[in-house]
Amino acid sequence: MFDSWQEGRRVVGAALSRRNVLGAAVALVAGAAALAPAAAQDKLKVAAIFSTPIEEPWVNQVHEALLKAHEELGVEYKWAESVPSSDYARVLREFARDGYGMISGDAFAAEDITRRVAREFKDVAFVMGSGQGPAEPNFAVFDNWIHEPAYLSGMIAGKMTKSNILGSVAAMDIPEVARLVNAFCAGAKEVNPAVKCKVSFIGSFFDPPKAKEAALAQIAAGVDVIYAERFGVIEAAQEKGILAISNMSDQAALAPDTVVTGPVWDMWPTIQAAVRQVQAGVFTAQDFGTFSTMTKGGASLAPFHAFEEKLPPDVIKMVKDREAAILAGDFRVPVNESTPVSE
Amino acid sequence: METLVTLLDVGFFAALVRISTPLLLASLGELLSERSGVLNLGIEGIMLFGAMTGFTVAYFSGSLWLGVLAALLAGALAGLLMAFLAVVLGVSQHVSGIGLTLLATGLSFYVYRLVFGQPASPPNVVPFRPWPVPVLSDLPVVGPILFNQMPLTYLALLAVPAVAFLLYRTPWGLDLRTVGENPRAADAAGVNVWRMRTQALVIGGAMMALGGAYLSISQFNAFTFGVVSGRGWVAVALVVFGLWSPWRCAAGALLFAALEALQLRLQANNVLHVPYQVLLMLPFVMTIVAMAIVSRNARAPAALLVPYRKEER
Repeated sequence: MFDSWQEGRRVVGAALSRRNVLGAAVALVAGAAALAPAAAQDKLKVAAIFSTPIEEPWVNQVHEALLKAHEELGVEYKWAESVPSSDYARVLREFARDGYGMISGDAFAAEDITRRVAREFKDVAFVMGSGQGPAEPNFAVFDNWIHEPAYLSGMIAGKMTKSNILGSVAAMDIPEVARLVNAFCAGAKEVNPAVKCKVSFIGSFFDPPKAKEAALAQIAAGVDVIYAERFGVIEAAQEKGILAISNMSDQAALAPDTVVTGPVWDMWPTIQAAVRQVQAGVFTAQDFGTFSTMTKGGASLAPFHAFEEKLPPDVIKMVKDREAAILAGDFRVPVNESTPVSE
Repeated sequence: METLVTLLDVGFFAALVRISTPLLLASLGELLSERSGVLNLGIEGIMLFGAMTGFTVAYFSGSLWLGVLAALLAGALAGLLMAFLAVVLGVSQHVSGIGLTLLATGLSFYVYRLVFGQPASPPNVVPFRPWPVPVLSDLPVVGPILFNQMPLTYLALLAVPAVAFLLYRTPWGLDLRTVGENPRAADAAGVNVWRMRTQALVIGGAMMALGGAYLSISQFNAFTFGVVSGRGWVAVALVVFGLWSPWRCAAGALLFAALEALQLRLQANNVLHVPYQVLLMLPFVMTIVAMAIVSRNARAPAALLVPYRKEER
């Protein structure tokens, strides 16, 4: 009994001293690394943590921009998708401790968590989709300010409708969604005051079968041009032979004869600015929101593709003129974040 | 009020039948499992797994029916796993069911990522088209509502009398119900309890997966996350709502679908002038209210949640 206890003690002792040796080795390597030329550390490591799979349109825009940053700005990029709220903080901390210099989150649902973790890692740059403000020293925000192309899409819809009833199927009543639906309707009403706008919310960000049913219900109510703020709507429009406006990315490929155009969000200007600032060591907490506007290239109207031929030339000219006016700063699309309601 | 009535047109009833399809299939699958004495909370994950498998196989084979077959197999396999956990090992049915949902959900996205990589826009298939039943689809009103639907919808509608017949009119059904009520008596009468429960879970799992596949290759044309969105949990509630009877369960699914179809029409037409959140809640609130009234004297199968061990008393 005593023997085996002794034996055990010896083993533990050996293990302890082995750990000491290891520890010393690690310290040595770390010291060497600190002395090594800075070049090895120059490669910025960027991480992104998404609460959904990367197919989610919002997340996809962030992800695409970060992939581009990997190719064009030489950053190392890693991402974690489908991270539930319960794990979000842990994954953030893992990346932050692992030497990542910049971490991007996705949006509102995980915002509080990210703000909290950001306070623990002041030397890591955090960027997060948010309707709130930035927080010094290291928490910057972005948002999808694509109401300008939504307005332009509305102008086209207002011209193309025959029933004078337009529809939108949207996620839920949050500012990011409301201002798009309202801009779409405002654009339509500017060119066609007789237009009535309908809106349905599906109550979640992703439920294509439900969004499709919501669209079918609107089409039954006379809608003949529909704004697919959510996935699932374009398929209903295609099935019923009406026109659709896509959202977030160029989705014409889903239904080339149905999708006219739509607002496109490009996160590249935002990510490019953030990464360059971190690389230059001048990153500060700020609102990157304006990088998502048309003048900065963060928002645009999707190409017309097949509708280049199908849209009346005067409609195309009207939209191009207005697009130019927005880019020149001569026309400002009003931001209206009040709850849209069916008329 | 008049506008409200005009909303209840043929389109409304056709939508009701479409929306009820996955709920019918999933809740009947759950009902079979529960009648045998096993609560299968893996349902939400199994539906998603079915949606993924059905879509993936349909995408690569070009055959929607092969997709359906694959979904059935995938669901049956998931049911078999549930049977191993809950019947053979006899672990907590709540825990193993939730575990199965987590596993099947993770696995679905993982396999999807392995197979499809990271497509910029999700790949899609040409989904099922409505299949008008000859002669019957020409009937006024009933024709477009019931007989101009997708093939899987007919399957779901036929599944109701089929499950009722199986349960109440066949020796297999009698054995299954006995196993769910009093497994010891069933065992004494020579019924293999484990085998009956496993069969119920396998068939039930296949039906759940079929409900999921309906969403990805019939109602919609792609597998995306959120394609099931809690419909499995609704199905579990519908079984209680239906007091473990296939007919009442189907009635519950139709009621839920009717309220869902109605609220979407109310949103589009804004006749009630109430906040949209209230309308979105409508199917859920009304189902809970109806459940509270209907299921006052609800009695679950007596052996539900109780694993069966031959040797134990």
